[in-house]
Amino acid sequence: MKNLIDLEKKINSELTTKINKTEIKHNQIYIEIDKEDLIDVTLFLKTNKDTKFRQLIDITVVDFPEQSQRFKIVYLFLSHEFNQRIILNYFIGEKEVINSLTSIFPSANWMEREVFDMYGVNFKDHPDLRRILTDYGFEGHPLRKDFPLTGHSEVRYSEDKKKVISEPVKLEQNYRNFDYESPWEGTKYIQEQKDINDKKN
Amino acid sequence: MTKKIKNLNLNFGPQHPAAHGVLRLILELDGEVVEKADPHIGLLHRGTEKLIENKTYMQAVPYFDRLDYVAPMNQEHAFALAIEKILDIDVPIRAQFIRVMFCEIGRILSHILNVTTQALDVGALTPSLWGFEERETLMTFYERASGSRLHANYFRAGGVHQDLPAGLENDIAKFCESFPKIINDLESLLSDNRIFKQRNVDIGIVTKEDALDYSFSGVMIRGSGIPWDLRKSQPYDCYEQLEFKIPVGKNGDCYDRYLCRIEEMKESVSIIKQCLAKMEKGPIKTFDGKISPPSKKEIKQSMEALIHHFKLFTEGYRVPKDEIYTAVEAPKGEFGVYLISDGSSKPYKCKIRAPGFSHLQSMDYLIKGHMLADVPAVLGSLDIVFGEVDR
Repeated sequence: MKNLIDLEKKINSELTTKINKTEIKHNQIYIEIDKEDLIDVTLFLKTNKDTKFRQLIDITVVDFPEQSQRFKIVYLFLSHEFNQRIILNYFIGEKEVINSLTSIFPSANWMEREVFDMYGVNFKDHPDLRRILTDYGFEGHPLRKDFPLTGHSEVRYSEDKKKVISEPVKLEQNYRNFDYESPWEGTKYIQEQKDINDKKN
Repeated sequence: MTKKIKNLNLNFGPQHPAAHGVLRLILELDGEVVEKADPHIGLLHRGTEKLIENKTYMQAVPYFDRLDYVAPMNQEHAFALAIEKILDIDVPIRAQFIRVMFCEIGRILSHILNVTTQALDVGALTPSLWGFEERETLMTFYERASGSRLHANYFRAGGVHQDLPAGLENDIAKFCESFPKIINDLESLLSDNRIFKQRNVDIGIVTKEDALDYSFSGVMIRGSGIPWDLRKSQPYDCYEQLEFKIPVGKNGDCYDRYLCRIEEMKESVSIIKQCLAKMEKGPIKTFDGKISPPSKKEIKQSMEALIHHFKLFTEGYRVPKDEIYTAVEAPKGEFGVYLISDGSSKPYKCKIRAPGFSHLQSMDYLIKGHMLADVPAVLGSLDIVFGEVDR
């Protein structure tokens, strides 16, 4: 459907209980679903004659370490026919395994590998779940918020051993993360200090 | 006695000149026929997305130059547009024309590199010598506008960093007059060249269905006959005011993609001409002091401007909590930025959607059943740049 509001109505009326929330923002539809309904919803979006979201643009994850449902899995779809975009998302916990979209979109293969590599999210029925962007034998998941920017290990060529070796990161100077937030609007650390002082008094 | 025949595994790259950077392709060969291709990527992975999460919005711009480094400004454009949409600010019309003009220059830069190296991969040396001369001229334009040939860092949310220097518009106009001749020369070398055609026609055919399934975009999808261009279908900046055509292929093979790129360069020249004609004097960035820095003159005279300057270059500007996906038609395809802001001056999450990533993924599907010698031809027509594939 060419009209965004009609499209939202159509999706809501066809999928009813499978959709938790829809919202139109920035000329795109944002849909929240449950983890279990992923395959059904995607198949509907891809095949229905009024939606025809024939292309999977990307799969990504947003990490919210403070939440119990830590990862927000995001799927971006594009419909060439109706010139529409949909952003589909759901939340999962750290250990949960989710369905793979590779049977519906072959291009999901590498995208899911990247998600697995960067966030450590596991996929069920994925044909070839290996790391993709990081080094062979890499440990950890770099895009998680609790992974340090400097990483854990660095590689260098060792003249003694005559090969490339991996060792813990040694920095000449610690990584400095300045807090530039305006004191007039109350930076976090000043606010915290204030609260501590208030409690003491 | 029966002899057991084993398939040969061959490592192509990461130091192979036709691997277009640092691709390690593991090929399973049955004689000379490729049975399976397994690309190993990530040798140029620099963790751009992680770095951007730790930088302010203004500091994040240079990272976009380092993605697809043959057309740097096109990437910056996607990021600038994403921030502008969240902040809901208008870009002055002159800035829009400057941005579109430089994006088209980027497109020519990228297409020259691709077309000529594709020719180089299949054995023609001269096109690259002729093409690179023109690239050098174009990069001088980049340098004169931004101060840098490659890593421009020129686009800002709300406009561009500075106005064009005197005389640049004239020189670009002159280039637009002389460049079509060079394209014709390249075409006369390649389009009807027997060897070039033997190596490219009917190689790496992509059907319409597969182009959609494999998330192709840009020339890869247009070469297969789907008329899809974000500049037309979801116009951004001033593309609506410009007239241009979308070249579409017919067979979806390497040769059609080459033809598409040649035609796109011609269209780009026409877009640059239109931009130059329509460009009028005026502001080149938004006047909102909370987003774009004040001029040096203002800083000397106004306390408010001084504060704005200080705040912008220490804390950076804050972007309200939001979630957005914006895409631009980069030379290689749909380049998108999925941005999540949390109200602070740093992005909470910035996922970069690089077209080359999905294109390279289909390598196995494209090359299966082809000869080993076709690998460089297919790879060349995919237009892979490792800066963006590995991020």
